[in-house]
Amino acid sequence: MPTFVYMTSCDGCGHCVDICPSDIMHIDKTTRRAYNIEPNMCWECYSCVKACPQNAIDVRGYADFAPLGHSVRVNRDEQKGTIAWRIKFRDGTEKNFLSPITTKPWGEGIPKLSDESGPSDEMRDSQLLYKEPDYVRMDEGGLHTLESNGLTMKKGVYY
Amino acid sequence: MAHKTIVEDNIDVLVVGAGLGGTGAAFEARYWGQDKKIVIAEKANIDRSGAVAQGLYAINCYMGTRWGENNPEDHVRYARIDLMGLVREDLLFDMARHVDSTVHQFEDWGLPIMKDPDTGQYLREGRWQIMIHGESYKPIVAEAAKKSADEVFNRICVTHLLMDESKENRVAGAVGFNVRTGNYHVFKSKTVVCSAGGASNIFKPRSVGEGSGRTWYAPWSSASAYGLLINAGAKMTQMENRIVLARFKDGYGPVGAYFLHLKTYTQNGMGEEYESKWFPELQKMVGKEYLDPEASHVTHRPIPTCLRNHALISEVNAGRGPIHMVTMHSFQDPHLEEVGWENFLGMTVGQAVLWAATDVDPKNENPELTTSEPYVMGSHATGSGAWCSGPEDVSPDEYFWGYNRMTTVEGLFGAGDAVGGTPHAFSSGSFTEGRLAAKAACKYIDDGKAEGIVVSDAQVNGRKEEIFKPMEHYKIYRNAIVAGTVNPHYINPQQGLERLQKLMDEYCGGVTVSYMTNEKLLSIGLKKLKLMEEDLESIAAADVHELLRAWELKHRHRAAECVTQHTLFRKETRWPGYYYRGDYMKVDDENWHVLTVSRRDPETGQYTMEKAPCYHLVGEEEKAAEAASGVGQTQAEELVPAQ
Repeated sequence: MPTFVYMTSCDGCGHCVDICPSDIMHIDKTTRRAYNIEPNMCWECYSCVKACPQNAIDVRGYADFAPLGHSVRVNRDEQKGTIAWRIKFRDGTEKNFLSPITTKPWGEGIPKLSDESGPSDEMRDSQLLYKEPDYVRMDEGGLHTLESNGLTMKKGVYY
Repeated sequence: MAHKTIVEDNIDVLVVGAGLGGTGAAFEARYWGQDKKIVIAEKANIDRSGAVAQGLYAINCYMGTRWGENNPEDHVRYARIDLMGLVREDLLFDMARHVDSTVHQFEDWGLPIMKDPDTGQYLREGRWQIMIHGESYKPIVAEAAKKSADEVFNRICVTHLLMDESKENRVAGAVGFNVRTGNYHVFKSKTVVCSAGGASNIFKPRSVGEGSGRTWYAPWSSASAYGLLINAGAKMTQMENRIVLARFKDGYGPVGAYFLHLKTYTQNGMGEEYESKWFPELQKMVGKEYLDPEASHVTHRPIPTCLRNHALISEVNAGRGPIHMVTMHSFQDPHLEEVGWENFLGMTVGQAVLWAATDVDPKNENPELTTSEPYVMGSHATGSGAWCSGPEDVSPDEYFWGYNRMTTVEGLFGAGDAVGGTPHAFSSGSFTEGRLAAKAACKYIDDGKAEGIVVSDAQVNGRKEEIFKPMEHYKIYRNAIVAGTVNPHYINPQQGLERLQKLMDEYCGGVTVSYMTNEKLLSIGLKKLKLMEEDLESIAAADVHELLRAWELKHRHRAAECVTQHTLFRKETRWPGYYYRGDYMKVDDENWHVLTVSRRDPETGQYTMEKAPCYHLVGEEEKAAEAASGVGQTQAEELVPAQ
């Protein structure tokens, strides 16, 4: 259907509404639970499925080409830093996969640039970006230029 | 619904659209503008927005200069070959020389990049691609952007750019509405980095119902990059260069890892290799310059993706479909099987859902491939977008007007899908472009170029009225009918989208006509688009969610019009397999080895088309490649299409 929501599991918390990139998870006014208002604008991206604290959201493959009787379930865990998938085929076969989602405690490896000392005038006038040139090659080497690489730009059909 | 007006004033750098390009811009802007006011306006939620919302399993643009793998110019040559000679090589070189520093930072931030256990280097999928566990790629870069920005406005659909009234052709901010509250948002800013999305859903999709959501590029990539830029009067380039993707049927699951890492290959319905037999005839169309299978075999020069598409399309049209991806041998290896599945789970879960639903296990059967409907974008393997300035130390005069990645509108910068002529940037390259644009935007302000901007109340109020008109229109005419969706006074956004897709498909080279068009068809298409533009004045939105769809449609329509104008202008078939001009079936280097540039006059709606020169980097061939060991193998891998 893309995504659909189990009536008995959803508590209407709205996490899916908050995260959906397509703005299609809305709260039904009568039942006060979430549902997919526009299945043909659903990418099956699983953002809402991953965000649901109640595991109330699931996906039923697109009706115009996917037969019933399958499921692909997911559990994303920021504490453990992993994502676990279970694929269940129509014929009952199961496959399980586990992947890391980060190598560091969540968000800790990311700098706050307002706390860093700003660039020098020399750097402003150069072609360098933040952390360059060090981070280009992770050594003392400089930034590539036409000159350093022995190149020229020529108009027309020249290779 | 009352639409409150909320004004955010005195912004220095406004980032419109926070996908990979926008997050890069917001992050980097803080370094160069420590005391500057940086604001993000994002249509969805920055944690899961843009094309990378669902994750990625590979970073497709990484040079590996630290290990002597490639130099920037090698990547320029690759992109040039893939796009049949026509790219902005200054912009590509510039992106490629910075992109590794972006990727190395991603690793610092916690993005899991796979390593080769023997060498400790990033695990290569292909010559340019590295493999990642990228489920949280978007939340990670979003975190970086949030740490840099003063404020992130989620759920704001930006509809227009504001223009300065004291100096012509200078940007002054943007306006839009909150898709949940219905409030009107005004962002007054000295500079704008337009990093909104490219265009899915402007051509009729192969799927007809729910499945039309399983677009290759995200359905929320609503051509806003182009709608905003074209309407502001920015010059656009290579808009005819749409892309058609050869992908797993219906789910559009990616094939890059399958070709490159799993060593799978394609065959026709009879189990035969089919590609090479189309090459002699194709060579007559494009010339030996662009297709030389023998030379490619010897030198490992890649065969352009569009030409491989052409072989696939031709084979199917000759009645020897379907095309299969031969997976059975590779999937006997449990490690490769795992990679095959995780590749989908990491970035196209829908393909895994489909195979589960249809009991397709690639270990036991070879899945079908097909070619998609066309898409228009500038960050994957094609280069539609704005005509932007390059960097001072690389660009020739025709490509340089003061500030890197600045469009032809002053103070208006681009990144990602918004920048034209820079294919093969992908996620890392788009982030890098955002960084480059942000540095240039800060410099533009520091140079005093943004002084004395004037935005009148008349401009702000006029846009407000325009934005909410579809809701007013609905209110007025809804009760003219009993119920339902058939109304002689208006169309709704879904009806409009279907009209756009049908006419683009039939007149501009969509999937039902095997990507074929000609001057007559394009001219009719333009007429129909004009009529549609009139009807877009009568579009109705029942609620604020439909208002979002209405404005997405307006952006898609504008992009589609520009695509049609460009396709009409270029009188040749430069990219067979992406589209065909039936009246000019050959590559014509004598007249068309140029970049096409358009400008739509915002006052009159008239397009001016011109040819811009194509400059090429000339220098020693493949210096790094020859020096690096074992490069022959990685180059051979490149013979397959980009992911």
